[in-house]
Amino acid sequence: MSMFNIFNVSGSAASAQSQRLNVVASNLANADTVAGPDGQAYKARQVVFQTQLMGEVGAAGVRVSTVQEDQTQGRRVHDPKHPGADAEGYVTYSNVNPVEEMVNMISASRSYQNNVEVMNTAKSLLLKTLQMGQ
Amino acid sequence: MLNRLTDSLDFQGQALTLRSERQRLLASNIANADTPGYIARDMDFASALRQATGNASGGMPSTLATSTAGHIAAATGARAEPNLLYASASQTNLDRNSVDMDRERAAFADNSVKYEATLRFINGNVRTMLDAIKGQ
Repeated sequence: MSMFNIFNVSGSAASAQSQRLNVVASNLANADTVAGPDGQAYKARQVVFQTQLMGEVGAAGVRVSTVQEDQTQGRRVHDPKHPGADAEGYVTYSNVNPVEEMVNMISASRSYQNNVEVMNTAKSLLLKTLQMGQ
Repeated sequence: MLNRLTDSLDFQGQALTLRSERQRLLASNIANADTPGYIARDMDFASALRQATGNASGGMPSTLATSTAGHIAAATGARAEPNLLYASASQTNLDRNSVDMDRERAAFADNSVKYEATLRFINGNVRTMLDAIKGQ
């Protein structure tokens, strides 16, 4: 029965989107992190989605292939009194852009809702199919 | 006699299978709305149903031709490879993803309603036959 595969497809997408939401949460939580003793501040992370075939023709799920780190230089602020300041008096903050992350969060949450809706519809259709002929 | 009873059920059964296959396709499209490079897929329902039920009124042969005695005739309704089509992007974007969420959601709702309609046709058919058998 091909409809049962919808739960696999939408479930994989919901799981991928929740991982994306997880990464967004980490980025937002670390938006104001300063460099530690090693001089490296937190780097913003992004998930990369990839299509995953689900056995049958036309059933295409999603998986997270990699989590990439944004390698751009973080914000540098001149603050010699800060305990994390380097020899020149600069403090390196993480390179997270909160606006980008909020947009990412909204997109992930909407996509997640879409997939839940798809699963609910498939579930109600399957329940009605079970009552066929009664 | 009995096949006349079940013929219409056969047709509705094929339609139901195709509807569930299309539902799965649309679910895949919605699932891959954020995947870079994904091309949305859909099926031509009318021609797929014609092919599955063996009604060749569209001019296309619905079964494989058997020209030699040794050839095995393929049964109608056996869909080895559904004829899937690729949807073109309604708006271009940088990640080459061609899923249009509005279109997919509309098609998904439309397909759900038609799936349910087919289910009701089957149920009505079964009830009619049961009434005929009971003769009351």
